[in-house]
Amino acid sequence: MERISKDDVKHVAELAELEFGEKDIEKITSQLDRILDHVANVSSVNTEGIPPTSHILDIKNVFREDMAEKSVTQESALKNAPDEANDGFKVPKID
Amino acid sequence: MEIHYLTAHQLKDRLEKRQISCAEIVESIHLRIEEVDDRLNSYIRLEKESALSRAGKVDKLIGAGSDIEDFMGIPIAIKDNICTKNITTTCASRILENYIPIYNATVIDRLESQNYILTGKANMDEFAMGSSNENSYFGTVKNPWDTDRVPGGSSGGPAACVAAGEAVCSLGSDTGGSIRQPASLCGVVGFKPTYGMVSRYGLVAFASSLDQIGPLTRDVEDCAAMLNIICGHDRKDSTSINVEVPDYKSFLKADIKDMRIGVPKELMVEGIDREVKEAVCRIIKLVEDMGGIVEEISLPSLEYALSVYYIIAPSEASSNLSRFDGVRYGYRDVEARTLREMYRRTRAEGFGDEVKRRIMIGTYCLSAGYYDAYYEKAQRVRTLVINDFKKAFEKFDVLISPTSPTTAFKIGEKMEDPLTMYLSDICTIPVNLAGLPAISIPAGLSGSKLPIGLQIIGNVLREDNVLKVAYSLEKAIGFTGRPGL
Amino acid sequence: MKNEYEPVIGLETHVELYTNTKMFCGCRLSFGEEKNIYTCPVCLGHPGSLPVINKKAIEYAAKIALTLNCKIKKYTIFHRKNYFYPDMPKNYQISQYDLPLGVGGYLDVDMGSYMRRVRITRVHMEEDTGKLLHKGTTGRISESEASIVDFNRAGTPLIEIVTEPDIRSPEEAKEYMITLRNLILFLDVSDCSMEEGSLRCDANVSVRKTGEDKIGTKTEIKNLNSFKFLQKGLEYEVKRQVKVLEAGGEVIQQTRHYDSKTGTTKALRSKEEAHDYRYFPEPDLVPIYIEDKMIEDIRKTIPELPSVKAKRFEKQYSLPKYDSSFLANNKGLADYFEQCCRHYNNAKNIANWIMSDFSALLNKEKMTIKDSRVTPENLCKMLEIIDKGKINSKIAKSVFEEMFSTGGNPQKIIEDRGLEQISDEGLLEAIIEEVIKDNPGAVEQFKEGKDKAIGFLIGRVMAKTKGKANPGIVNDIITKKLS
Repeated sequence: MERISKDDVKHVAELAELEFGEKDIEKITSQLDRILDHVANVSSVNTEGIPPTSHILDIKNVFREDMAEKSVTQESALKNAPDEANDGFKVPKID
Repeated sequence: MEIHYLTAHQLKDRLEKRQISCAEIVESIHLRIEEVDDRLNSYIRLEKESALSRAGKVDKLIGAGSDIEDFMGIPIAIKDNICTKNITTTCASRILENYIPIYNATVIDRLESQNYILTGKANMDEFAMGSSNENSYFGTVKNPWDTDRVPGGSSGGPAACVAAGEAVCSLGSDTGGSIRQPASLCGVVGFKPTYGMVSRYGLVAFASSLDQIGPLTRDVEDCAAMLNIICGHDRKDSTSINVEVPDYKSFLKADIKDMRIGVPKELMVEGIDREVKEAVCRIIKLVEDMGGIVEEISLPSLEYALSVYYIIAPSEASSNLSRFDGVRYGYRDVEARTLREMYRRTRAEGFGDEVKRRIMIGTYCLSAGYYDAYYEKAQRVRTLVINDFKKAFEKFDVLISPTSPTTAFKIGEKMEDPLTMYLSDICTIPVNLAGLPAISIPAGLSGSKLPIGLQIIGNVLREDNVLKVAYSLEKAIGFTGRPGL
Repeated sequence: MKNEYEPVIGLETHVELYTNTKMFCGCRLSFGEEKNIYTCPVCLGHPGSLPVINKKAIEYAAKIALTLNCKIKKYTIFHRKNYFYPDMPKNYQISQYDLPLGVGGYLDVDMGSYMRRVRITRVHMEEDTGKLLHKGTTGRISESEASIVDFNRAGTPLIEIVTEPDIRSPEEAKEYMITLRNLILFLDVSDCSMEEGSLRCDANVSVRKTGEDKIGTKTEIKNLNSFKFLQKGLEYEVKRQVKVLEAGGEVIQQTRHYDSKTGTTKALRSKEEAHDYRYFPEPDLVPIYIEDKMIEDIRKTIPELPSVKAKRFEKQYSLPKYDSSFLANNKGLADYFEQCCRHYNNAKNIANWIMSDFSALLNKEKMTIKDSRVTPENLCKMLEIIDKGKINSKIAKSVFEEMFSTGGNPQKIIEDRGLEQISDEGLLEAIIEEVIKDNPGAVEQFKEGKDKAIGFLIGRVMAKTKGKANPGIVNDIITKKLS
């Protein structure tokens, strides 16, 4: 049973901001299909009355006080910037 | 015994007795690296100069009468997904090829307070996604026992370093077995602590609810000593447990009389090598000879553990890796004329195939219409896994199993079909799902002289039991093998 | 057309909290200085960084939720909201999804002739994004070649307040925002400034035939960054939708941008499809369990709300509704008023002075009452002096002005300037006699029945006494003498 189609893959790639060439779309669609087919076996497990584990630890209420800590310098902040201008991170035209 | 094969505690002893200097230790490691790393490719980046200058500083401190801490002056390799300030941290990816962290991971701060020596940043599977270290932008790491074979992954570099004498010990990370499985394939000790015992601050996140940093060492004693340093609450990590850290070395007692040891049925089937199975059976006999009580147990939900993992881990990863977009740091496709073009090309060019596959799976499992059936369902089945372990630990002190279903496989053997590769993690994955502590220790060699690893699993925060059994078995097994490199 | 269709409006408001530090890291909040100087690995989204919740932000959020009559959830968690944009350090926002902090509240909006109860669906916490500046001649995103990102603001604690679509007119929407803003200012948790961006508002608008139950297709309107634009933007959008429907068309669900220059809303060029945010619980944070004690402690920090205070003023001080409301809606004035009431027992008098002369001077000098030099004690002394008839109201105004600028004691001012009112009938009689003698024309007019003429005569007496004559007594004496 096909779990994921080429169109699904194109849509998911858009959500994930990835792109694949036409050749690769075939390959990755079949790989993803195979993987999803396997992991979908979780659907056969009876989980009635079983809550999802969203936090594995029994910890709660971890906070910090509202006290200022040293920020990094502007130089550090921009140190790894692929492109910068006017003390900010420069990005190309937003479409 | 060559210096580069001594353990940290042996080296500390010699430093204390002034039989050796830190500079000599470092030089010996450097010589070994020069000798073998061309063939192994364990390191992405070496820090030779700074290592020598730190060694000088340590020797001065020792000369001035300073107390010698457990890892003072000890050359340690750090997996390249742990942030080291001002030293490139790449996660073995093109997208972070030139990324220089502006801060230290908490574990690095703790090691620095010991005056450790950083040998370099160890190679790994890209973003910790893999079981063979064949997914690195900087090339495959080879197994020191047979360079046609994989060292395991994703901490292939850290494991190979320790096995080959390119570092005294190393720090790796484990999300589904990434410390234990390579430790097993390389014949070294690898420990994944209870989730939350080691701060994740500075560990580049793969799957936030599963990742833990841990040591790879030559023996269990070094492992315990390393846990003393890296474990403990960190207020910068909200998922960090706030409990008193015991002296893990106090659990190194060779006595397992009357301890109850369970063998999960589900981890002894599914394509396990005959020789691996035999090795585990020999260990079971050894345990019984030592007065331990061994019994088989069934944890039925473990059958689905692989699926649960390969839904949850990629889902969390797909979100964690969204930050790699060419805006604030890392690789950027500079030819792109618009923002979306930049995002897509940067990520398509910057990430390797396995990373892209996992991002795709994860994005799909979280997307509208699929979240309930995949992600949420997997989290429910995860609860079942946790419950099965809880029940098992009512009856047993530890559980044992093979760490990996096979010994080191050949390079390229499992690259065709991702699913085949994923099956390598079948014994280690359930442990991460339940956040339990676990160790892999060398259990022996196969007929073709490849290491076989034994996994020992403890209940939450029961590192004591794991270390006790590991230490006892280590003594009883007496593994002394070295790769013939 | 107007009565045939009714607007159905819901508002989403974002409030920037005035904590010392950001929501998930210890960086300070910035106030428009140099770019990228209040950042750290966490709010820059560096690999390996992790969030830690700011306790004060939770308290402030709970304070707002309680004030809006919400039920505080005992168990609340954060979720990740995933989408890519350059002002997002992680390309996911840590926000709340199906377990928000507060639910099921309301805000009553006084529309003058009626009250509109606007139900609050939810109050939740999240982190703010960085700021984008668009390079190019117009600074508009669609016309720029590149953009610059500043992450100073990234991570600032944000509260989102979502209403049910209970609002029935653009005017009500404006009043809701004004009421909400006053309330939050009262709590002292935010500067709530639409100009500065610490108060932001988006609207969901649809129309339907009046009396119908069903809700029509709604559009989301953004860029309503002042109360005036909010009302105007909604007015335009409502008209636009009605026009579409009347022409037999259908309203398209989309996001529209308000253009203040043209006063119109325009559809954004982005895709029609809704975002798939792929919400899932934030694994880097642990759940929050809110205990009853915490809620009670926070409740204690909420000051008396304006509406409650106004009612109390009406009752306790027998003030008319207008006065009560005027004073209660300004914390400074209300506190000052009540302090005065401790020293002097004619509340109405105090209220009058605060509402008129005092407020006028404060507005002129752009001061708050807290900054003023007039102490409650001195104001009360002045009122007592007036009561005793020692000065008349005109002189009082002048005395007050001096009190305002020097902070002086009214008694001393009167003595120094010799302003005490002349009430001595004997003295006044003499002066009045003079005035009557000097102004036969006015006297004639008064005797002829022109009552206004007395005003002129009184005026002459005031002039002769440099304004210090007791006008009431003067009036009496003149009247007696000329009748």
